[in-house]
Amino acid sequence: MSIESIMGDLLVHAPAMIIAIPLLGAFLTPIISRINGTLRNVFVISIMGLTSLFVGVLANDIFTSRVIKTYVFGGSQELTSPVVRILLEIDALSMFMAMIVLIVAFVAVIYSWGFMKEYTGLDKYYTLVLLMTAGMFGMVLTGDLFNFFVFLEITSIASCALIAFWTTKGESIEAAFKYIVISAIGALFVLFAIAILYGQYNALNIATLASVMKYTFLDKVALVLLVGALAMKAGIVPMHMWLPDSYGRAPASVTLILVGATQASLYGVFRVCFTLYGKSLSLTNNILGLEDGFPLALGTSLGILVVLLAIVTMLVGVFMALKQSDFKRLIGFAAVAEIGYMMLGLGVALLSIEPTGLSGSGLMALKGGIFHIFNDALDIGLMFLVAGAVYWATKERSLDKLGGLARNMKYTSIFFVIGLFAVAGMPPFNGFASKLLIYESVFQISPILSIVAILSSIMLLAVFVKVFHSVFLGPAIPKFKNVKEAPISLLVAMIIISVLIVFIGIFPEMFLNNIVGPATDALVNYSGYIDAVVLGGM
Amino acid sequence: MLDFLNPLLETFKTGSGFWHPIIWIIVAVIALLIAYIVRGFGNKNYKADSGQTQSFLSGNPEYEKEQMHVAGSNVYWGFLESLKWLYNILNKMHNGYINDYVLWFVVILAILFIVLGVI
Repeated sequence: MSIESIMGDLLVHAPAMIIAIPLLGAFLTPIISRINGTLRNVFVISIMGLTSLFVGVLANDIFTSRVIKTYVFGGSQELTSPVVRILLEIDALSMFMAMIVLIVAFVAVIYSWGFMKEYTGLDKYYTLVLLMTAGMFGMVLTGDLFNFFVFLEITSIASCALIAFWTTKGESIEAAFKYIVISAIGALFVLFAIAILYGQYNALNIATLASVMKYTFLDKVALVLLVGALAMKAGIVPMHMWLPDSYGRAPASVTLILVGATQASLYGVFRVCFTLYGKSLSLTNNILGLEDGFPLALGTSLGILVVLLAIVTMLVGVFMALKQSDFKRLIGFAAVAEIGYMMLGLGVALLSIEPTGLSGSGLMALKGGIFHIFNDALDIGLMFLVAGAVYWATKERSLDKLGGLARNMKYTSIFFVIGLFAVAGMPPFNGFASKLLIYESVFQISPILSIVAILSSIMLLAVFVKVFHSVFLGPAIPKFKNVKEAPISLLVAMIIISVLIVFIGIFPEMFLNNIVGPATDALVNYSGYIDAVVLGGM
Repeated sequence: MLDFLNPLLETFKTGSGFWHPIIWIIVAVIALLIAYIVRGFGNKNYKADSGQTQSFLSGNPEYEKEQMHVAGSNVYWGFLESLKWLYNILNKMHNGYINDYVLWFVVILAILFIVLGVI
């Protein structure tokens, strides 16, 4: 058996293995946990390492050859029409999202080793972390709407249990309750939309549905339900209130993975708008008002709403962050503001879409939005890890009680400064590159929007300068005189994210050309996604 | 020989502009060096442990260093105070009731139904 054939087999089954390995790992974790805690931690990290191998192999193939891979469960890999099997469909955008999921999950597992050491019930904790990871991978890799719903539910239920992990704290239970109510309602509306589409077209496969979509009255209803529910799961204002609650009360390692889960829902919004309803965006007119109403292209009407929501999301996020005195809740609101940038990129792209496709500033805005998904996961993720390290060392979250920690936690302070500059979009960190793309492309559409986006970034800088002053600067607080630097696993996790932030910040063009560009092209050229299944099934 | 470095050194193009991080870093380092040199021209008579460093708080006594830390809630106090009207609205919005969270979802769904021409 040659290396080529082994690599070929790995590549063929990589899509399934990326979901199956963490899923199987989740069920094995409680058994291994009974032997030894250290062995369990090593096992979970190995599971993530093995998953990385498959993600790496598949990403290399997809980003270099720019192909779309399909994987059919329960039978031959040959597609037969009509497509009724469970199907994974992986294009560059799916792979881009899978990379984000991998990074946040892997780093969270490393971070958990030191951060969760003093707590009991870690067999359940790691099981849930791996289940959540499998759910997120499923959400971004599936080519089937019903499976998307199933993976969304797996992710939501595991997330809820993890948010409530500190069961002795009433606030954690409250946050988890709010999260599951919002998630359950969101998921039910997604399911309702899927049922509407299935009832009309007798199909659940995204590509098949997109190829036969007629944009009927019921399709419009399904679009509203899908976009509304997924936007709520993504934390768009004014449906964001659950986000600071959940992010603020969950353990820091869990919050990092929650950032990935939120991005997976945002991916759902992108996929629904461009792939599922892509053909209808520029070719269909909505009639606003009653029978003699005002005709407006679907892309334009949806784009205007998304841009407005994006602006409100940015402003409400930063204004609310500015007044917070709880470290993690503050970052939660900053995360809301950051989601606004991605939505702004999406909204401007929807506004610019034409029957011939997307080009010029609309395409650059979409690239900026997609680029910012990756950057946001790293930047906000790093901030949460720093907040967790401070909590680990001081058992304190209030900015009113913290202070002078730069003396005792030098490395953590440095990581915070890196995260601060990156979130605020300061050069030469990664946040600057994606925000620059968004500012310049949005400026072509409306300078006012660009100014609001820049203003939000300046306010984000002000928000985190306040945190830096409150937590790390100032005189030494007597009760924190004996505080020690975070343990090695926490530092390693923060180093990994910091290195990625600096690397992408210094070499943005390389990242844009090789990762973001193909992901954007895959989203815009939805016919390729459709043909990979529909023509493959002929 | 160093061709493999070319992809790393590409200029970041935004469609309507460009930016080169490496050049930016070099310029930033030069600026910091100039600042450091200018700092060297500072007053050599400065004594760190003398009365020169004592604060003057309008004649009020100085508290211990530990009591002088400006807490997080006090930073940007003036900004928050001047925008009290806005924060009153935002606070009402963020009341923590799950019923209201769901209500906002219903509101957005209603707007989407109108904007997308369903009703």
